[in-house]
Amino acid sequence: MKTFLLLFFGFFCMMACSDANSGDQTYIPIPATLDIPVLFQDRLIDPLIPTNNPLTEEGIALGKKLFFDRRLSGDHSQSCASCHNPRNAFTDNSQFSNGIDGSVGTRNSMPLFNLAWNFSDRFAWDGKELGLEQQALEPVQNPIEMHSNWSDVALKLQQDTDYPTLFLHAFGTSTIDSSLVAKAIAQFERTLISGNSKFDHYLMGSTTLSPQEMDGFDIFTREDKGDCFHCHGGENNPLWTDNGFHNNGLDAVFTDLGLGAVTGDPNDHGKFRTPSLRNLAFTAPYMHDGRFTTLDEVIDFYSEGLQNSPTIDPLMKSIDQGGVQLSSEEKASLKAFLLTLTDHGFVNHPDFQE
Amino acid sequence: MKKFYLIYLFTFAIVFWSCSKDSDITLEPVNISLNFSHTWNGQEVTSSAIDTSRFINENGDDIRITRLRYLISDIVLTHESGVDAMLTGYHLIDIMDDESLSYSTADEIIPGEYTMSIRFGFNNADNQDGIYNDLNTASFDVPAQLGGGYHYMQLDGTYKNSNNDDDPYNYHVIRAFDMTGTNEPQDTSIKISLGSVTVGVNTQVNIQMDLYEWFSNPHLWDLSELNTMLMSNYDAQIKMSQNGASAFSLISITQE
Ligand code: HEC
Ligand code: HEC
Repeated sequence: MKTFLLLFFGFFCMMACSDANSGDQTYIPIPATLDIPVLFQDRLIDPLIPTNNPLTEEGIALGKKLFFDRRLSGDHSQSCASCHNPRNAFTDNSQFSNGIDGSVGTRNSMPLFNLAWNFSDRFAWDGKELGLEQQALEPVQNPIEMHSNWSDVALKLQQDTDYPTLFLHAFGTSTIDSSLVAKAIAQFERTLISGNSKFDHYLMGSTTLSPQEMDGFDIFTREDKGDCFHCHGGENNPLWTDNGFHNNGLDAVFTDLGLGAVTGDPNDHGKFRTPSLRNLAFTAPYMHDGRFTTLDEVIDFYSEGLQNSPTIDPLMKSIDQGGVQLSSEEKASLKAFLLTLTDHGFVNHPDFQE
Repeated sequence: MKKFYLIYLFTFAIVFWSCSKDSDITLEPVNISLNFSHTWNGQEVTSSAIDTSRFINENGDDIRITRLRYLISDIVLTHESGVDAMLTGYHLIDIMDDESLSYSTADEIIPGEYTMSIRFGFNNADNQDGIYNDLNTASFDVPAQLGGGYHYMQLDGTYKNSNNDDDPYNYHVIRAFDMTGTNEPQDTSIKISLGSVTVGVNTQVNIQMDLYEWFSNPHLWDLSELNTMLMSNYDAQIKMSQNGASAFSLISITQE
């Protein structure tokens, strides 16, 4: 085995040397693999990596640089990270994110992690973006976000001293275009994996939960209490989301049709993608329009604030009373449990900071 | 391991049998396709009916269907010589996902005359907590507090209550599990005998589930009494399993 590796390495060196000599530009990027948590390996199917955008060390590093680069916006004031801050599990703390012109959108920014496990490949609150590569093209040209255009951005990056070489190394060409920028960013986004919370350690047997946290998990699961697991996963679905679209009863009348506006189907009105319950400690405010500032408000909503509408999910119960009416003790336990899904390692991960 | 052994044994049996009969049928093993379709009291139900069509059940409740997913496993073909071939694998059907309506077995089998059965859900041996990654990812598992393992079926929707308002039902079928611990967990999966099947090249076994049956017999289902929170209702699970026994039938076999 060793001899083989040595031989291989030697061959590689020779190849690299001969390339350098001939000036031929065939740098081969180093294939990269995701650092998948043991629990995900044990319980989930393999993440989705498009065959036309395999992960490479160079692609990921380039994607990271682009993700934090303000030159992707019209006036160089905003990068992806402006609304997707690593310290906030890659979302921000405002209800609606501000674009570069101070214009305000209608949706709350979304946290970014475990995106490679979204097997439907439909992104955004309403599923309008098909695939991460496709999604990455959008904010740059969105007038209420980065308000630029791709030919300007590509030109700026082309004129930079570093980028052409970085693209050459990642993709074999130094000619920069939007689709390569999007590919690189998508590669970086796929490396954002969060699976290292107290609850994960509890499942792996390396820590215990307090009685209150255990009670909270019970309320989360019980059909006559939270019954949250059907949409938000559980011990066997450590994503803590089904990545599906549901109307969880926020409104009787919709100002934002969500999935319904994308599919044109009235039965989809008011449906939004289920967010993961990981890292809630960092991701306030909550819901697609950031209407709830605290987790207590979210829990109050599920307990007694449900609004009826024709598309409300049948999993929402006791709607005419607004919900199942949890006691204040039960609410406190549920909150304590939800906070065991906080992953400090993720928000402080050195690979994910600017 | 045992399953493989059986298949080998079976292959032997069949080779012998065919030699003695001097027949010239092909003995290349083949896989079988299972196709699933759905009806409501005979009327076809497809994805386009989801959320839109209304149905009346035996009890007179006016219902709508929002979600239908269920699990099939344990495909057994018994050859006329009496030898069983158990095909490995299981399959999740989601009425909204056209692709899921067909399932091609991973294991192959020698063409011939068989009687065939499949199972709705998982039997106890197969219904182990957390071991099927695709089903975990599809959030089809059952939390340990509710007995663990997997859902056999999620049928969700609404029915008109006495005020003519929509109320939800969650007809979720799982292993009967008593949270109070009074009753032993009971395997409520359903073995479905499909009858005789001639297996040849490209055999399509067309199976139909009549959703009406879940609400009619032997237990007339009253949605105003049994609607939600049925996973933790041991007695309801036993009844569901008994009602489901008549829901499936073999409608045709085609060799294409
Ligand atoms: C002005 C703030 C803002 C900026 C800048 C921004 N985003 Fe977003 N991002 C949002 C909002 C708001 C949403 C939710 C959009 C929706 O549902 O309509 C979102 C959604 C997303 C999603 C979907 C996540 C999911 O789970 O579905 C991804 C991925 C994403 N952004 C990546 C990026 C990338 C890459 C960039 C830079 C090229 C970027 N964003 C720049 C605000 C922003
Ligand atoms: C029918 C599926 C469903 C059920 C059941 C459900 N949720 Fe949700 N949950 C959603 C959807 C969909 C959203 C996003 C809704 C939106 O923004 O319009 C959401 C949003 C949330 C959020 C906000 C997260 C964020 O990042 O904004 C929290 C917290 C939450 N749910 C917790 C719970 C708890 C606790 C329970 C059980 C009491 C529960 N959910 C039950 C589907 C569900």
